[in-house]
Amino acid sequence: MTAYVLRRLLGVFPLLALIAFFAFVFMRTAPGGPFDQERALPPQIEASLRARYHLDEPLIQQFARYAGDLVRGDLGPSFRYRNRSVNEIIAQSAPVSLTLGVVAMAFALLAGITAGVIGALREHTWVDHTAMAMAMAGLCIPNFVLGPLLILVFVFHLRLLPPAGWGGLEHLILPAITLGAIRAATIARLTRGGMLEALEQDFVRTARAKGLGERVVALRHALKVAILPVVSYLGPAMAATLTGSIVVERIFLVPGLGTFFVQSALNRDYTVAMGAVLFYSTLLVLLNLIVDVAYTLLDPRVELH
Amino acid sequence: MEMMSASVESWGDRPRPARGLLADAWRDFRRNRAAVAGAAVLAVVVLSAWVGPVASPYRFDEQELAEQLEPPSLKHPFGTDIAGRDLLTRVLFGGRVSLLVGLAGTLVSLVIGVTWGAVAGYAGGRIDNYMMRFVDLLYSLPFMFFVILLVTLFGRSLLLLFVALGAVQWLTMSRIVRGQILTLKTQPFVEAARALGVRNRRIVFNHLVPNLLGPVIVYATLTVPVIMLEEAFLSFLGLGVSPPATSWGLLAAEGAASISIVRTNWWLIVFPGAALSLTLLCLNFLGDGLRDGLDPRHARRR
Repeated sequence: MTAYVLRRLLGVFPLLALIAFFAFVFMRTAPGGPFDQERALPPQIEASLRARYHLDEPLIQQFARYAGDLVRGDLGPSFRYRNRSVNEIIAQSAPVSLTLGVVAMAFALLAGITAGVIGALREHTWVDHTAMAMAMAGLCIPNFVLGPLLILVFVFHLRLLPPAGWGGLEHLILPAITLGAIRAATIARLTRGGMLEALEQDFVRTARAKGLGERVVALRHALKVAILPVVSYLGPAMAATLTGSIVVERIFLVPGLGTFFVQSALNRDYTVAMGAVLFYSTLLVLLNLIVDVAYTLLDPRVELH
Repeated sequence: MEMMSASVESWGDRPRPARGLLADAWRDFRRNRAAVAGAAVLAVVVLSAWVGPVASPYRFDEQELAEQLEPPSLKHPFGTDIAGRDLLTRVLFGGRVSLLVGLAGTLVSLVIGVTWGAVAGYAGGRIDNYMMRFVDLLYSLPFMFFVILLVTLFGRSLLLLFVALGAVQWLTMSRIVRGQILTLKTQPFVEAARALGVRNRRIVFNHLVPNLLGPVIVYATLTVPVIMLEEAFLSFLGLGVSPPATSWGLLAAEGAASISIVRTNWWLIVFPGAALSLTLLCLNFLGDGLRDGLDPRHARRR
C-alpha cells in the first residue's frame, strides 16, 4: 500500500512539470502582455518593468528561472498587484474556496445519498419518481442558472439570506447549495442504482433470512456496497466542483481563488494564473489519490496496482 | 437435415423478427417515452432557433431604449433587456449559437476521439498502452482551467472555441471506441480483410469504424449537451462568445447581472436559463434512449 502511494506521489511531479511547462509556453507566446491594460507607458519605464520581471530574457532562461523558483515553493510575484506575491494571494483565497468546496460536497453527499436511498427503497412509487425527476432536473440546470434563481427566490422574494459576500454562515448556504446541487443529482442516481443492485445480492438475502428488519438490512448492510460507485465518482465530482466554483464565486462575490483566477486571466497576470492552475492541478491529483486509496479500503475485492 | 428442420420450426417461436441494428433500435426507442418526448421537444427547439430570428418582427440586436427592461407582455413575450432588445428573439438567436457550438465541438471531439481510440485499439500492444496511458493522464486534469487560459490568451474566436471545447471531450469517446475496436478486432471479417491484403489503415477506417456507429452516435449525442454547457460556462464568465453575437450563456450572464434590489428583472435569467436547461434535458433523454437501443454494452433492465 505504501509503495503504491509513494509511486503515485512520485508520478505527480512529472505531470505538474508538464503542466507548468505548457502553461508557461502558452502564456509567454500569446499576444499581448501583462502591462497592456494600463495607460501607455513611456518606453523607458516599460523597459525597466520588463527587466524587473525578467520578461526581456530569452524564454528558456525565463522558464529556468521559473522552474527554479517553483522548486523552492515560490510562485513568483503578481504582475498585477505589484506589492503581493502569488503565494500570498493563494494563501489568502484558497481557504475560502476550499471551505466552500467542502461544504458543497458535504451537502451533495448528504442530499444525494439520502435521496438515492429513499428512491431505491420506495422504488416505482411517486417518491421515487419525484426524487429522480428532481435529480434529472438538477443535472440539467447549470449552476450559473441555479445560482441567480436561488437568489431571486431566497433573497428577494423570501428575504431570508444575504445575496452575496463572505463572512458568516448565512453567506455560505446559497453558494454551497448552488455548487453542490448538480453533484447531488448524480450522486442520487448512482446511490439509487447501487442500492437497487445491492438489495438483490445474496448477502442481503442472508441478512433478511436472519430476521433483520428491512431498515437495518438496507442501512447497515446494503448501503456499504451501494455507495461504492459514489466513492469512485468522488474524483470527477471534486474536479467538477473546483471548476464550478469559479462561476459560483463570481455570482455570489465570494473572495476565493476562482475569482482571482478569472481576474488574473482577464488581466493577463501570468504568474497568478499559472499559480492557480498549478494549485488546482496538484490538489486534484492528491484528492484523486486519496479517493483511490479510500475505494480500496472500502471494497476488499479491489486491488491496487 | 435435422439442422434445417430445427431452424424452420424455431421461426415460429420468435415473436418478432430481428430486422437489423437500426430497425431494432428504432423500435426500442419508440417505446421509451422520455426519449421520444425529448426528441420531439428538441426538434421544436432546433426549428425555432433556425427559423425564429428570421420570422421575428424584431432583430436580435435592435435596441429600443424607450422599452428598456419590460416584463413579459403581448408585445414582447419574453420581455426586453437593458437595451430594449426583445428577449424572445435574442433567446432564439442565442439558441443558434449555442447549438452550433455544441454540434461543432462534438464533431471535433468525435474526429479526434474516434481516430485516437481506433488506432490505439487496432494497434494493440505497447502503442495501445502508451496511447491509453496518455488518455488516463489527461483525464485527471482540470480541463476547463486550460481552456480558460487558452481562450484568454489567444482571443475569443469561434474557431478556437470549437477546437478547445472539442479537445476537452475526446477522451471518453476514445476510450469507448478503443473498447469496441478490441472486440471487433477478433471478428472473422477483419481476418478476412487482412488475408486479402487490405492495408491496415483501410481496415481501420473503412471496415472497423462503420461498425462502431452505434456507441459513437450515443456518446456523440451525450457529448453535445456537455459542450453546450461548457460554452455557456465560458460565455457566462465573459470568455466565450463575444457581443454583438449572443448565446444562452451570455444571456444568462446578462440576466444574472441585472438582478437588483429595486427590480429583479426575473425574465432575463429565467427564460435563457429555461431554454438552456430544457435543451440539455432533451439531449440527455435522447442520448439515454439511444443508448438503450444502440449500445451493445449497455445492459438492458427489462
